[in-house]
Amino acid sequence: MSGLRKFIDRIKPQFEKGGRFEKLHSSFDAFETFLFVPDKVTTKGAHIRDSIDMKRTMAIVVLAMVPALLFGMWNVGYQHFLAIGEDKLFWEVFAFGFLKVFPIIVVSYVTGLGIEFIFAQIRGHDVNEGFLVTGMLIPLIVPVDVPLWMVALATVFAVIIGKEVFGGTGMNILNPALTARAFLFFAYPSEMSGNLVWISGLNKGEGILDGFSGETILGQAAAGNSTFLNGLHNPYSTWDMFLGKIPGSIGETSTLAILIGAFILLYTGIGSWKIITSVFAGGLVMGLILNLFAVNTLMEIPAWEHLIIGGFAFGAVFMATDPVTATQTEKGKFIYGFLIGFLAILIRVLNPAYPEGVMLAILLMNVFSPLIDHYVVEANIKKRLKRARVSS
Amino acid sequence: MSEREPLFSPKNLKLLREPLSTSNPITVQVLGICSALAVTVKLEPSVVMAISVMAVLAVANVVVSFLRNYIPPRIRIIVQLTVIAALVILVDQILKAFAYDVSKQLSVFVGLIITNCILMGRLEAFALGNRPWPSFLDGIGNAAGYGIILIIVAFFRELLGSGTVWGYPVFEKIGLYNVGYENNGLMILPPMALITVGIIIWVQRSKNKELIETN
Repeated sequence: MSGLRKFIDRIKPQFEKGGRFEKLHSSFDAFETFLFVPDKVTTKGAHIRDSIDMKRTMAIVVLAMVPALLFGMWNVGYQHFLAIGEDKLFWEVFAFGFLKVFPIIVVSYVTGLGIEFIFAQIRGHDVNEGFLVTGMLIPLIVPVDVPLWMVALATVFAVIIGKEVFGGTGMNILNPALTARAFLFFAYPSEMSGNLVWISGLNKGEGILDGFSGETILGQAAAGNSTFLNGLHNPYSTWDMFLGKIPGSIGETSTLAILIGAFILLYTGIGSWKIITSVFAGGLVMGLILNLFAVNTLMEIPAWEHLIIGGFAFGAVFMATDPVTATQTEKGKFIYGFLIGFLAILIRVLNPAYPEGVMLAILLMNVFSPLIDHYVVEANIKKRLKRARVSS
Repeated sequence: MSEREPLFSPKNLKLLREPLSTSNPITVQVLGICSALAVTVKLEPSVVMAISVMAVLAVANVVVSFLRNYIPPRIRIIVQLTVIAALVILVDQILKAFAYDVSKQLSVFVGLIITNCILMGRLEAFALGNRPWPSFLDGIGNAAGYGIILIIVAFFRELLGSGTVWGYPVFEKIGLYNVGYENNGLMILPPMALITVGIIIWVQRSKNKELIETN
């Protein structure tokens, strides 16, 4: 370790002002702080020192996503072997999923970080860590068979148009990972929706059992089926939905794994419990309202079941809580979260063309969050003005 | 007027050149965005649209410039609108007669040239205060600045969204579909026109730092 430290110290002057590789300063800095705790300290003004910096924050979020990722890998294999009717050992199932998912992760990180580094050099700012999370989120919210070049293109779009044009990490209005997904969803609908994309291999039609269908639960509900069947026409139990043994995007299926992630985020204080709980509350309220009418199958889905199918839980825990795009005020967080849940179920049920209302609801509320903040702050000012006494 | 100015004096050439770059109606003045979003799915309608706007703007500029000393200031907007409307109807009828398919694709947007902010803007800002010849050049220049952005946007939207250029299937001919390429459905949707214009603005301002607004 000390050898590495010495090596870095030795080459450091070349990357500083006036050095030979001055232009690559931010790349060097990124690697140095990635490997070692930075030795820079704040010199001016009052400041609170904490061991948690952006890299640690991001690392914890990535850690929180690991359960969903591992389960997603297993589920990819499980759904695939269910579709082709083969019994495999646990490790074979997992290995199949791993080999399908890993390339997507690599592509997402390589393209995204590549662009981050390029922009950091051009603009002369430090490489930001925000992409560590985005790069992990993107693979978790796409269907497993999505072509890799599409992942790369969506990542480029999300990082440049979603983030860099606004000034980089911390300045973006929209959640970059969701921007990538929205891009894919509208640009290549045939790869992002329908019955064939959710289970690996269905698209190519390789060795599928007769009569096997790969519809997601929401797809079946939109088609008007009242009991939800898996590919072999056995009904899904609630337990299946909660555990995540259902077709869907890679990381979104297992509510259990997502809840483990939520626990990590809440325990470390990185995710806001206000947002997460109010998203679920909003979804529940809208679900109950729609249950009152219940004129079609989608409306009849019990309100609580909405929360464990589709990308609802994933969006609530990992997307809505993004500190950059969420509201900043504490009261605003309740409003923001509630409206996300509320709108997500509304879009999901009333517009079956967009079964993933969660994505659109979060993007919409991302845009509205500064407005919510504004009114929360204004309301507070008004409240305090009322209390104020002008002594004459 | 003691001395006649040459037709293409530097001052007049500037009227032609500036709208193409530093005072582009779309990317700098941010006018005429609506039609830029609506007609740029394909290259052909965009070119027709650009030519139509050029014809209307140039002639309207000249007509209003001739009338400028006779138009009572209070009703000048109505007079300008009448001139534009007459010309737009003319263009619309010509398109219907000679290029019916394109005219159908453009649908209401030919008629909506009347409300294109660039036209009113140029008539108000330039033709009302200048002689016919500079007004004509100003009209041509601004319409060209508008048209060039339209054509750039339409080129990328048609190429990436439908895989064709002027209806010619480029991507199919070079065999891109066989290697798994798919057309980008987002490029056909209006938001992508806005983003493309945004990217053009970004590129233009990063090359020409004077255009960057400070606030």
